[in-house]
Amino acid sequence: MLRYRAAGLAALFVCAFAAWLIVSGAFVHGHDARRTTASRAEGLAAWDQVYSVLTSPRCINCHTATNYPQQGDERHRHFANVVRGPAGKGVPGLNCVSCHQETNADSTGVPGGHNWHLAPLSMRWQDINDQPLSSSAVCRALVDRSKNNGMGGPELLKHNQEEALVLWAWNPGRRPDGSLRTLPPMSHAEFVSATRTWVEGGTPCPQGK
Amino acid sequence: MATYQLNVNGQRKQVNVDPSTPLLWVLREELKMTGTKYGCGISACGACTVHLDGIATRSCVVPVSLVGDRSIVTIESMAADPVGRAVQDAWVDKDVVQCGYCQSGQIMSAVALLNATPKPTDTDIEESMGGNLCRCATYVRIREAIKSASQQIK
Repeated sequence: MLRYRAAGLAALFVCAFAAWLIVSGAFVHGHDARRTTASRAEGLAAWDQVYSVLTSPRCINCHTATNYPQQGDERHRHFANVVRGPAGKGVPGLNCVSCHQETNADSTGVPGGHNWHLAPLSMRWQDINDQPLSSSAVCRALVDRSKNNGMGGPELLKHNQEEALVLWAWNPGRRPDGSLRTLPPMSHAEFVSATRTWVEGGTPCPQGK
Repeated sequence: MATYQLNVNGQRKQVNVDPSTPLLWVLREELKMTGTKYGCGISACGACTVHLDGIATRSCVVPVSLVGDRSIVTIESMAADPVGRAVQDAWVDKDVVQCGYCQSGQIMSAVALLNATPKPTDTDIEESMGGNLCRCATYVRIREAIKSASQQIK
């Protein structure tokens, strides 16, 4: 009788372990392998929201894979032959700050924010044809400390909460014609909340290329 | 209207203007310094280039309220600047100018380039000067003059 109970318990354990493997195998894991399956699922759902913001024009226009930034909702190449430069800040004579000041200049339609610059190429969210990378590819890059300036989950959350150019996306000012620039698809508070859920879920990334 | 104390070519200047007024128009209309040119008004041509704390800046899109205490340097002071003088001499030597309208902006960008990169390559010149348009298409002579000036700068 005792032998049957032991066999039953062992079978139960094997089944539970197999189920855990199947469920957790549905995701490519981020940093924290201690998280529960449920929070991973929540994290993945939250990531979809984060990704929708990252690939909106206010964000992705300066996360290019090319030698230039983009502008506008249709993400065309930045005018005036602006180039990336060695530090992502343009080149002498044609720096980003040659036009972009510390704040938006609504009277002239030039957006501005502290330390205006392009994201590094390691944080490109587009391919060289200016097409957004997949959700999986952006996520993998974002959690790769060798690409993201050494940031873990808490630092990524803080970045999305406080970084001046992130905040600018929700205060992008007026276009030269006086109309307001469009905003990301959710509020900054919702974006931060989604980022927090994603981080607490262990920064999971969806499968795929 | 608001009052601003500006540092222009090392001199203190006071102006009373609307905060949204572009620096270009403060220079030209209030201070009567007309060496800096109006070209496009949207930072697309570079004719209005001045230096703000040494950075080549399009004055047509910078409201005076955002200038702060940064030093403003214009084409009027280039003859007294060693690099500016070398560039202007090279401009004359290479006979760069045709109509001349864009040239103050060209020189201000060239000086910014040479201050940062005293021995620029062709690529450096093309990238740095790429935002300064010249409808007379003096680009080849501009490049020659920048290279010539770079030889004169110690």
